[in-house]
Parts: sequence; C-alpha cells; structure tokens
Amino acid sequence: MTEITLIEAVTQALAYELDHDENVLVFGEDVGKNGGVFRATDGLQARFGEDRVMDSPLAESLIAGMSVGMASQGLKPVAEFQFMGFIYPGFNQIINHIARLRNRTRGRLTCPLVMRAPFGGGIRAPEHHSESTEALFAHIPGMKVVIPSSPARAYGLLLAAIRDPDPVLFLEPKRIYRLVKQDVPDNGIAIPMGQSFILREGSDITLVSWGASMTETLKAAEQLATQGINAEVIDVATIKPLDMDTIQASVEKTGRCVIIHEAARTCGVGAEIAATLAERSLLSLFAPIQRVTGYDTVMPYFRLEKHYLPSVARIVKTVKQTMEFA
Amino acid sequence: MTEVARFSIQHTQFLDENGNPTQALPAFCDNHELLVHLYRTMFHTRAFDDKAIKLQRTGKMGGTYASSLGQEAIFVGYGSAMQETDVLVPYYRDYGAMFQRGITMVDILRYWGGDEQGNHFAAKEDFPICVPIASQCLHAAGVAKAFQYRKQSRAVVVTIGDGGTSEGDFYEALNVAGDWKLPVVFVINNNQWAISVPRAAQTGAETLAQKAIAAGITGEQVDGNDVIAMRHVADRALERARNGEGPTVIEAMTYRLCDHTTSDDAKRYVNASDLEAAWAKEPLVRLRHYLAAQGLWDDTQEEQLRLDCREQIEAAVQEYINTPTQPISSMFDYHYAELPLELARQRHEAVELGGEHD
Repeated sequence: MTEITLIEAVTQALAYELDHDENVLVFGEDVGKNGGVFRATDGLQARFGEDRVMDSPLAESLIAGMSVGMASQGLKPVAEFQFMGFIYPGFNQIINHIARLRNRTRGRLTCPLVMRAPFGGGIRAPEHHSESTEALFAHIPGMKVVIPSSPARAYGLLLAAIRDPDPVLFLEPKRIYRLVKQDVPDNGIAIPMGQSFILREGSDITLVSWGASMTETLKAAEQLATQGINAEVIDVATIKPLDMDTIQASVEKTGRCVIIHEAARTCGVGAEIAATLAERSLLSLFAPIQRVTGYDTVMPYFRLEKHYLPSVARIVKTVKQTMEFA
Repeated sequence: MTEVARFSIQHTQFLDENGNPTQALPAFCDNHELLVHLYRTMFHTRAFDDKAIKLQRTGKMGGTYASSLGQEAIFVGYGSAMQETDVLVPYYRDYGAMFQRGITMVDILRYWGGDEQGNHFAAKEDFPICVPIASQCLHAAGVAKAFQYRKQSRAVVVTIGDGGTSEGDFYEALNVAGDWKLPVVFVINNNQWAISVPRAAQTGAETLAQKAIAAGITGEQVDGNDVIAMRHVADRALERARNGEGPTVIEAMTYRLCDHTTSDDAKRYVNASDLEAAWAKEPLVRLRHYLAAQGLWDDTQEEQLRLDCREQIEAAVQEYINTPTQPISSMFDYHYAELPLELARQRHEAVELGGEHD
C-alpha cells in the first residue's frame, strides 16, 4: 500500500487514462519534460511520448481553442491551465465554443475535453495566482465544474471527467495538493460526477463546502464537537451539476446550514445553494442560512490572504450564531 | 549589420478583369467541365445570396444574413479544391464552398433563420458557421493536430475576414500551425472592410499574407476575384498540407460588394466610385468572358442556368419555410449527453408553459 497526495492522484489518473485510451492527450504549458509547474504531469511525457503529452505554445486561448478542434475529432484532450488566473484568455473559447458545440450542432459535433487548473489561495503566491472563480464557469450552460478535496476523490473524479462525453472544468485546490496522503489504488474506478459527499455525519447543523476549504470546515466541525455541536459536513465536489438532493436532505435533517467557500461572496456558488435551499426547505430551517466566504474584494497579496480566506475561527463563530438563532 | 531574414509575398492571377489570361493557365483548365462547374457554382451562390437577402428584407427569414456578393470566387475556388475527407472550418460567408460539401441551401436558411438544425448538416466533420471573430482559427489548428496525431493525409481549410487577422486567436493559430507544421490552410477573405473599418485602418502591414512569415509559414496573395487563380493556389496549399509539408496562408484580394450583413448600411462609409470600380472586377463576369471566348458558354446556357437556379432556390425556400420550428424541449436536449436533473426540471417547466407535450 502506497499513500499518495492529491497531486500524485491527479498524475496517477492521467497516467491510467493515457495508458488505457489512445485518444487521451495531455496538453498545456510546461506539461512535457518539466512535468508541469506543480508536477501534475511528472514523468508522463517520458512514459507516453511527445505525441501524447504535448507542451503547447504559451497561449491560453490556443489551449482552449485547439482543444475544441481536437475534441471534435474524437480525441480527448486534457488541457492544463497553469493557474486559474491565466485561464481568462481562453474564456471566449470556453463560453462561446467549448460549452456549446454540442448544442449548436444539435449533437453532430461534441467537445469531450477536460480543462485542469490549480486554483485558490493560501500558498503565498504572487498576484493572479490565488483566486477562486468557479462561479464564473458554473454559470455557463453546457459546462460541468468539478473540485476534488482529497486524493481519492481527485483520482476518481478525474477519471470520470476524462471519460465524460462533455467538457469538464477540473479545478485543483493547490493549497491541499500535498497536505494529506491517502491510499488510492490505481484500479481505474471512476467516481461519478454530480454527487456530493457526506464527510462527517451530524445532527445539529450542515456545513457545506468544497476544495481546500474542506480542511478548515472539518477542523471547525471537530472543534464544535468538543463544544457539544454535532455538525454534518458535506463536500459538494461537483459544483455543476449540483447535487442539491444530498444537501437538501441533510439540511432538512439538521435545520441549519452554513456554506463555506474561498470565492468572493456576491454571486458565488454559495448563493445558488442558499437560494435553492430557500426554495425547497424553508419550513425545515430553524435559522437563516449563513455564508463564510472570501470577501468581495480583490484577492489581497499574500501578506493579508489569511484574513481573506475562511478560517476555522470564522466558521466556528458563524456556526455558533446560527445555533443561537431563536 | 548582417541581414538575418528576408521575405517577399507573391501575388497570383491568371485571368484579368476582362477574362483575358495574363499567363499560361494551370493544367486543370483543360478540364472544361470543371471550369463550367466553377462558373455554375459561383452563379448559383450569387443567386442564392440574392434570394436570402430578399427573404430577410421581406421578413421571411428574420434576423440577419451575411452576404458573399462579389467574393464568390474565393469560396468556390478553395471549396472545389477540397476533398471530401478534408475538413472545413468556415467563418460566415462560405456558402460557395459549403454547397460543394453537401451543406444545402436549406441548412443555410435555417441557420440564419434562427434554427440550430441548420448546423446539423451532411458534412459531418465540418464546423458550422463561426460568429466570434477568429476563434475558428484555433479550432482548425486543433482538427489539423488530430489529423497529424492519427497520421491521416487530410487537410483543414479555415477562413477569416481581413479584420479578423487583427485578433489574437488568428496569430495564436498561425503561430502553432507554423511551429507544428499543421495541415491547415488559412484563407483570408480580404474584402477590404471589417464592417465599416477599411483594411488600411486594421494594420500597418503592407499585406495580410506576410503575417504568415512571422509564424514560419508560407504566405501568398491571390486575386480573389479570379476563381482559376483561387483554385490553383488552394490546390497547391492543400496538397502541401496533405503531404505533411505544413500550413499556408492565402490572402485573397476582393471587394465586399454587399453590406457587411443585412443589418448594415454600407452607404454610410463606402465611397460610391470605389464600389463602382470594384464592380468592374467582380468574379463572375471575367470567367464568363473567358468561357465564352473558349466556346464553352453562351447566352442560352446562361439563361438555362438562371432558370435552373431559380427553380432549385424556390424549392429550397419552400422547404425552409415549411420546416416546423423545433419543439421547446430541443432547447434543453443538446447541452449534455445526459440531461442533468436540474435541467430536466427546467425543461419540464418550459415544455409545460409552452403548451407542448413530451
């Protein structure tokens, strides 16, 4: 049994798919000999060749746009954007083509591709390297957005994303790339997208989060448990399509909900979850749904980032307020 | 100082504006059937175009239509050079090529008439009309990469207007095509106008073809109103692409004799005398003169062609008009291979509100 990190699980999943499907190609800046700036594609070019693991020119619209052409031919490009902050030159391609090729051709041409990007703050990175803008992409009809929060889910969900017949944005929380190790058997078994995971069962309140914030959310739940508050913790995992049924069932059981995300608050994915809970579960709620999120500010340079990111203390404080609501 | 690079751009023309050869014609011109086919297709494309504008003007097509008036030789020329196994990634005036690839007049009318079914056409690997300027160039590079990866002897043609060559996606596509020797042919329809902005206001470069040079690609200019020249350079470029000799940029010189689209009024910015001068160089008349001089075409054939086109176009218009609007559910059914739960709920709501049943 070998335990691996989240980023090693990404590498393992890429290797598995490259090995089992000759249509799968890895494509992006520095993904070749260098193995990616975070080493997600480490060793893949040496093992599968330059035809399969290709360094792209330094042009992100190209990475997105060429992937459309390759995917239309039945290839399955797994494109890497070096950081989420650099994906935006490709936004035109994503919103105008990747997400809608199937629809505009009535299914004649499709876009089975994966776009991987490390995202989120907390690693003292330079500006433009730390944002969480998953909501921008979840808003696009035709997209799927996945965010793993553990090595096992990174492996299983990435396999599912690559095998999916539609485009998937796969956001990797880089703050936890190497935080924990897990035994992740390389068995090629995918974890279906579109389902949330209950990481901790509880009866008093539901904490909903995803990505790196799962770490603080779980820590907060442990702390709350010592104070007699029994929190249920859900990893959303697939931002789109959202598994609202799992979240709804939990909130209807606990009657309370706090949503935690790194992204800015206004129009964040938390707003969508809260609105849907309000539509479906209002009469089950004992307290208003609360959010603990990044602020509606530009992500600060890293000296202040710990004040921006949702902390254990902020989560605990908000949970207590929710519990005390009468 | 040492000179480290030098380049020049060649311009190709075989027929002048009066239909007189300016040099020995390429060998394919011995194939009289082909020449007549080129003429017929250009004539047909123009007749269709005329009808489409009338449909839009009379409210029978709604929306907008982008004409190819005066630019037919470009599309008909490269379209006739393509093989069935090649892939076309068009912009939005390529009817003269699309018709030769099994895409029908009805498909085009449906597209502009607000119906996605117009993109579900017989050329099953070709891309649909592309509106976001220059974005299609990268799709073409991607398709070409797929051919290269699978070691297939196939080529891609992508088209773009002169204004589009100012876009980043154009440069990015050129750059990678040159670097990876991709089997792709870039055809620039230099019709002198990007809506109202003239070619001279787009770039300080003397030619658009020379943009290829910086990417390590062969770039050339052609008389885009001379279908023989157009076919000739397209033949050569496609052959090179299929043989693994890399990409080509073809800047086809023409003039937009129409408005940008039916939503535009070119009289606001086009000088009437310039337009008149451009009409004297339009592509149909010069080939007709050449064919007539060779005894391959006469007024009777011209009249018969007119009648045939009218009949075919009327039939297509009828089919288009009789096409039922897609059901409301179709708005939802092509977003994903499998309909997500939330979208299924919304679909149900829309279908019910619209008074339709599944």
